[in-house]
Amino acid sequence: MFVIKNKKIFISISVALVILAIISMFIFKINKRLGIDFTGGALTEVAYKDARPAQADLNASLQTLGLGSILLQPAGDNDYIVKSRDLSETEHAQLLKTLSLEGKNALTETNFNSIGPSIGQELKFKALLLIILISLGIILFIAFAFRKVSKPISSWKYGIIVVLTLLHDVAIPVGIFTILSHFYGVEVDALFVVAVLTILGLSVSDTIVIFDRIRENLKNQAHVGKINFPETVGKSLEQSYVRSICTSLTVILVLLSLFFFGPVSTKYFALMLTAGMFFGTYSSIFLASPLLVWVEEIQAKNKENKKSKK
Amino acid sequence: MWKKRVLALIILLIGAGLVFFVFKSEPKLNKNFATASSFFKNHPFRLGLDLSGGSHLIYKADISQVPAGQVSDSMNALRDVIERRVNLFGVSEPVVQVQNGGFISGSTDEKLIVDLPGVTDVEKATEMIGQTPLLEFKTEAPAGTPQQATVDKNGKITLNANLGPQFVSTELTGRYLKKATLEFDQNTREPKVGLQFDATGTKLFDQITKDNVGKIVAIYLDGAPISTPVVREEITGGTAEISGSFTPTEAKQLVGRLNSGALPVPITLLSRQTIGAILGSNAVHAGVKASIIGFLIIALFLILWYRLPGLIAVLALSIYVSIILALFKLIPVTLSAAGMAGFIISIGIAVDANVLIFERVKEELRSGRTISDAVAAGFSRAWFSIRDSNISSIITAIILFSFGTSLIKGFALTLGMGVLVSMLSAITITRIFLYTIEFVGEGKVARFLFSSGLSK
Repeated sequence: MFVIKNKKIFISISVALVILAIISMFIFKINKRLGIDFTGGALTEVAYKDARPAQADLNASLQTLGLGSILLQPAGDNDYIVKSRDLSETEHAQLLKTLSLEGKNALTETNFNSIGPSIGQELKFKALLLIILISLGIILFIAFAFRKVSKPISSWKYGIIVVLTLLHDVAIPVGIFTILSHFYGVEVDALFVVAVLTILGLSVSDTIVIFDRIRENLKNQAHVGKINFPETVGKSLEQSYVRSICTSLTVILVLLSLFFFGPVSTKYFALMLTAGMFFGTYSSIFLASPLLVWVEEIQAKNKENKKSKK
Repeated sequence: MWKKRVLALIILLIGAGLVFFVFKSEPKLNKNFATASSFFKNHPFRLGLDLSGGSHLIYKADISQVPAGQVSDSMNALRDVIERRVNLFGVSEPVVQVQNGGFISGSTDEKLIVDLPGVTDVEKATEMIGQTPLLEFKTEAPAGTPQQATVDKNGKITLNANLGPQFVSTELTGRYLKKATLEFDQNTREPKVGLQFDATGTKLFDQITKDNVGKIVAIYLDGAPISTPVVREEITGGTAEISGSFTPTEAKQLVGRLNSGALPVPITLLSRQTIGAILGSNAVHAGVKASIIGFLIIALFLILWYRLPGLIAVLALSIYVSIILALFKLIPVTLSAAGMAGFIISIGIAVDANVLIFERVKEELRSGRTISDAVAAGFSRAWFSIRDSNISSIITAIILFSFGTSLIKGFALTLGMGVLVSMLSAITITRIFLYTIEFVGEGKVARFLFSSGLSK
């Protein structure tokens, strides 16, 4: 299996991709792209019946409201999206009045969302808690599922490798998202967190399909005595890469359909999950298994060194 | 053999029944919905606010004055009061729920979440929810109190509109109200509001009427006089009535507001979201379109790649979709855009199990087994990887559901349900169908039909 033979090349590619993703997080400042879900604030979307007023005119009159900095974004043909700090009822009414030029330019409010800063803080905390809990849950599950496989690699090492590939699977889509957010103004919202967490759940299942095969092949060889580990892993990969790609492909197909035809609010969610699924599959073939063989090699070398010292 | 065929037939019939149910209970799909039986009428899809349009309000309850042991009681009382007020708007299916504070929720605040489908005038809604009707009884000020009057430029004198200084407050307020009722005057048919005081209120009212026979006792609502009747005699029964010039709706609303009572704990608005109905229905259309296209692409892929078993997997997938949609209606699950995304993704995950099984069957065929042996071996050997690969998704869904916000919960629920139901449908239903078509035999054609991918 050429993946195992060239394992160092594939591991390097993954490492390079992750580093690129992390660099883009720093360059494009993902922490500055938090949406109002996290920071608190208000988002008002209005659709004008006829032509919308000029942006400069509205900006000038919005400044006089004294609501702090207000961001006015044109959307669609006749719409505006207004971003501001969170608004009270009277402030909101004032804003709408100003936007409609004191009622001269008829509009309908299609969406209004005002979130107090405490709710944002709460979501931040919850997101962090969820990431920790889900990662823990998955590590425990892997350790449990592979508890009987301890030769030649102990089961907790499978767990660690799975977590490493998970980090890889999450880091790359997040990196892609930061680039998107820089160029298309997409914001980090609650759905972003859900996407990250779902990638954790979905991409681990792909790695498990292949590890499961390795587990089975190792069990079948148990009576043979000496096991050629790289060969077993290579054989397992050969047997299972088609199904691993097919299972991911079906999910990617529906995700793409969700991206192209689905609701606007879940577009970038679908895109992130697509990237997550793609790199999840990639990593279970080109990262997880090579890492497994690598770890075994290092282990074997250490053993020999110990023996020769004696 | 016959047993299995009968079983397959039963499953097909159940699937067809579910499809029938899903269609019949959907107003947009059933032309005769108006005349459909109540069972169908009661089970349309329940759409979340982001799909139906409406308002989502989050209130913080100030529980600093509430003793520690009574927090949950007073929060429930608060919910009941708000629920009664919300019901006064005539909103269909409002949701009022308490979100408890604590470590897990990330904040120690007790919160109240109010969902009002179809209400897009959030100002009016928050006004009605937050407003406590203030009912006061005032008596005439002693003679000699200066009256406030204004003289306009035409020299016309008008008394101060709200008669403020003319009346002085008494102890009697809406606090001592036992209940309010809607009544109609027997002669004029005009609506009026009957008031029944509690014990303290009765005593106070007795005293007030006794002291003011022949004078006016003004009834104030929210700071404005709504009725200024003259007391003819002492009233001891603890009943009074307000006969302002109400319309029947106004009188009914007033009764409702008086009965719903004051809020047990003060609340402040933390966050509001209003989604226009058009935005919501656009999202529904897009979601349905994405589901159908996603389903068709998966079906095409399965048939082209896995041939005969693929076709059976499509059948199993259709039954899966009808089961899950029927469950959404029966439980019922409130669908949001994120929830629809969870459902669509679950269609992709649902065929995972089939893919694992078919790949295994193909492998067993290659090692020289007969078709029926290969199918049996494929199922039994693929089970472990199906179970393990789904467990991680289920773990994720459960944790997201237990600790997430309502948006995250909606996604976690549809995804989790999808994974669970699909494990059942992919394994059981596909297996039963595959066994029933053993008649294809072991010929070349049969082997072609059971192979997959690019092989001949």
